[in-house]
Amino acid sequence: MNDLVKDWSSDVSTFKIRWSKAMMWIFLISDTFIFGTFLISYMAIRLTVVDSWPDTSQVFALHVGGTDVPLLLIAIMTFILISSSGTMAIAVNAANKKDKRKTGIFMLLTVLGGIAFVSMQAFEWTKLIVDEGIRPWGNDFGAQQFGSFFFMITGFHGLHVLIGVIYLSIVSKRVLAGRYDGIDDYQIVEVAGLYWHFVDLVWVFIFAFFYLW
Amino acid sequence: MNDDTNFKHPSFYPKAEPDNSHPISFYLIAWLALFILSALSYYIDYVNLEGMVRWVLITILALLKAGLIVSVFMHLAWERVALIYTILLPPILLIVMLAIFANDGNAINVLRYSLS
Repeated sequence: MNDLVKDWSSDVSTFKIRWSKAMMWIFLISDTFIFGTFLISYMAIRLTVVDSWPDTSQVFALHVGGTDVPLLLIAIMTFILISSSGTMAIAVNAANKKDKRKTGIFMLLTVLGGIAFVSMQAFEWTKLIVDEGIRPWGNDFGAQQFGSFFFMITGFHGLHVLIGVIYLSIVSKRVLAGRYDGIDDYQIVEVAGLYWHFVDLVWVFIFAFFYLW
Repeated sequence: MNDDTNFKHPSFYPKAEPDNSHPISFYLIAWLALFILSALSYYIDYVNLEGMVRWVLITILALLKAGLIVSVFMHLAWERVALIYTILLPPILLIVMLAIFANDGNAINVLRYSLS
């Protein structure tokens, strides 16, 4: 608490971080509110629908070797996203040590993880729309509101992953090309990393409250 | 002697930013922990735990994972206290909103039940 008072009362810049990092945090807080209100509205509707809510382990089951394995694809997607977060953390670590090559390589690995995630999500959406006939206005499994929340929440998250893939590709290309050499200690990698970890963070809550609940 | 007299503002020091270097193994352990926590929450679904046990476990596992990601991967644990509070306090509003709508949903169900 003492440190907090000193930070705010010392008559100079409060946070003492680069503005790019401060702005990324501000953006992430606002994004927290967007996803937070999405999940809360989902809760409010799911609490009050008259029909029963579709059984997610049945809806998202994957048919493997003659049996339905519940939520298999979602579990794989979760592990891929966590792994890409891990490679991103290693990239930020390498950037702090000014290891340009390692930073670029691990960022590209992160990008690969993101592409894999979005591809699997595209596969999941296709399966749900084409094979199982789930629409934003109705489905065969239960409450008709299920579709609109599913497409809105996972769609918005998938869009974040897609934007992150583009963002990280650009930054990693610039890192490898030496564009940030000696300019800002590769701080931009850390800022990009914050965004990517946040995308992983949001998925934790979507996985828990939409798929598992 | 008051400890304030020894306080030197971070801008006194040439390197004001906190030291951000951790060994790689540090991140690998966090990564492994996230893997285990995810596997556990998937296992809850796999063995078909139902009701309160399921909900409490899912929520605890999700919060543990979120804490790991925010504090270790996003490095918030090593940031200045002012920044930590600025980031962590606003989402409390979301918990208030959650409480309001949980209450509201409950009221709708009670009303529906009492009318039928």
